[in-house]
Amino acid sequence: MSDSSAHSYWKANIRLVLSLLSVWFFISFGCGILFVDALDTIRFGGFKLGFWIAQQGSIFAFVALILIYIRAMDKLDDKYNLDSSSESAKPAQEESQ
Amino acid sequence: MSVQVWTYLFVFLSFSLYIGIAIWSRAGSTKEFYVAGGGVTPLANGMATAADWMSAASFISMAGLISFLGRDGTFYLMGWTGGYVLLALLLAPYLRKFGKFTVPDFIGDRYYSQTARLIAVFCAISVSFVYVCGQMQGAGIVFSRFLEVDFTTGVLIGMTIVFFYAVLGGMKGITYTQVAQYCVLIFAFMVPAIFISIMMTGQPVPQIGFGSELTEAYGGGYLLDRLDGLSEQLGFATYTEGQRSTQDVFFITAALMFGTAGLPHVIIRFFTVPSVRDARKSAGYALVFIAILYTTAPAVAAFARTNLINTVSNAEYESMPEWFSKWEDTGLITFDDKNNDGIIQYVGDPQTNELNVNRDIMVLANPEIAELPPWVIALVVAGALAAALSTAAGLLLVISTSVAHDMLKRTFMPAITEKQELACARLSILIAVLIAGYYGINAPAYVAQVVAFAFGLAAASFFPAIVLGIFQKRMNKEGAIAGMVVGFTFTAAYIIYFKIINPAADSADNWFFGISPEGIGALGTVANLVVALFVAKFTPAAPEEVQEIVENIRLPGEAIPR
Repeated sequence: MSDSSAHSYWKANIRLVLSLLSVWFFISFGCGILFVDALDTIRFGGFKLGFWIAQQGSIFAFVALILIYIRAMDKLDDKYNLDSSSESAKPAQEESQ
Repeated sequence: MSVQVWTYLFVFLSFSLYIGIAIWSRAGSTKEFYVAGGGVTPLANGMATAADWMSAASFISMAGLISFLGRDGTFYLMGWTGGYVLLALLLAPYLRKFGKFTVPDFIGDRYYSQTARLIAVFCAISVSFVYVCGQMQGAGIVFSRFLEVDFTTGVLIGMTIVFFYAVLGGMKGITYTQVAQYCVLIFAFMVPAIFISIMMTGQPVPQIGFGSELTEAYGGGYLLDRLDGLSEQLGFATYTEGQRSTQDVFFITAALMFGTAGLPHVIIRFFTVPSVRDARKSAGYALVFIAILYTTAPAVAAFARTNLINTVSNAEYESMPEWFSKWEDTGLITFDDKNNDGIIQYVGDPQTNELNVNRDIMVLANPEIAELPPWVIALVVAGALAAALSTAAGLLLVISTSVAHDMLKRTFMPAITEKQELACARLSILIAVLIAGYYGINAPAYVAQVVAFAFGLAAASFFPAIVLGIFQKRMNKEGAIAGMVVGFTFTAAYIIYFKIINPAADSADNWFFGISPEGIGALGTVANLVVALFVAKFTPAAPEEVQEIVENIRLPGEAIPR
């Protein structure tokens, strides 16, 4: 892999991580803590929205963020031919031997 | 069959399973002992990480704490799950690519310094010790209440089991017992939660029952509205409103998140999978498995609180069920009939309140309060033990690898053979178990609280050093060492001052910016980052070959950029 493609791979990675972390911050610290009282004025079912985000919604969001990250990084690795999964790396090694 | 017979049966079955797995997965080499040979599948590692992570505190105490804290309990829920986002995005894949055995290994090699390695060893051992004592204590409480053995005997039984499989199998044994322990603990947590949810709301999914209407027998209306109403009526704080200051909740959440991402026993789990891709995937599995318990816990908290108030408030003391007097025997429920009317006044005003319920017993007492069948109660006991033992084993392994690998092999005795290193690793587990058991039995009063502080210390020492090591190529040893020392010392000093030296001053008026000792780790993390970046600016950048290592860990796969 050339220096310049390693560089653009890293840049794309940083961009992805930063955007996911801004969502992470907004939902947990933003909606779950800073704006929780304002969001509590909205109700759905037996929940106040702010309370629900603080105690449950944020956790679902964290799971979603990691799953998005896994998919996006796998795609990025494929694009730059950086397949590191054990299943596909092993046969390749055996062929070259 | 009685609760006790069921309990003995479940505990016996689950312990035999753990021992069977330990014998089957004996470790023969240091690689097997430290990282299970590096061949654990992402799914198994996800389960093992979840069990490793969810300790006696998560299983036994957390829902109880939330049921007394109401909305403020949020910092446990978000703090202990949100940290996984940081772990998955910022640490796990890169540390796996780096491919060594321990966290001090990374710090020592990345910062080309034995001093940095030893500071990391010191931080890893102190964080893990603080934490493991709490697990032993948790196991002791469970044994003494449900198997009706002496507290000391309880701790000794727990020690023996953990010692047995940790010494035999190392990481390999621990990994596969943790997979089994995850299954036991999640089943044990969910079954009573589902039972109670159906009973109170007619809704089998506790997460939905949490926001549903109560059945006729419980008086109807939404659960949370009813709980708010009951709380106000009795003079407690409103359940769905916060009592602590916003900045304090903010900082505690941040400290727990950074700490989660910096705890060495969690980080080393990602060394056990075959590839970078698998490391990412197993972080995802881990959080999914953790989220099952963590989204149920706030529902359990609200159910338990409502049920407790319904059962005890203005009820006759003489008519209390059997569980009440059993917990009274352990001193975890106390009743003081202040006005001598034989009726329990459970109210918010400390002057007239007659009942004190220890927060730690809510999860354990919950199935009894709800009058669930005996086997469910026994199952909860087995689950609580699985949670305590799995975390204890992971922590003991960190202590053992830090001593055998980082201190002896990599620093003071590089000439020892692999066989000797393995023997040292096993010996250090023995010593660690003995010390942990001693403190579990002779627990200083503040141990339970100190567990929460382990997070602050991990946050302020490891998290910034590792993140900077990956994302700041020129970060040098001077910066990293200064950062770790400042972060750790600042956090430890603040906690020790308010919790041990001058507990009388431990109130919001005296806190720095209104941040409680639980949340100070977040400020320690920032201090570490700022100091590290500042010092690095005025000292020579990391040498060329180290910068190349950093280039290399940023890319998955075997390709080394040239």
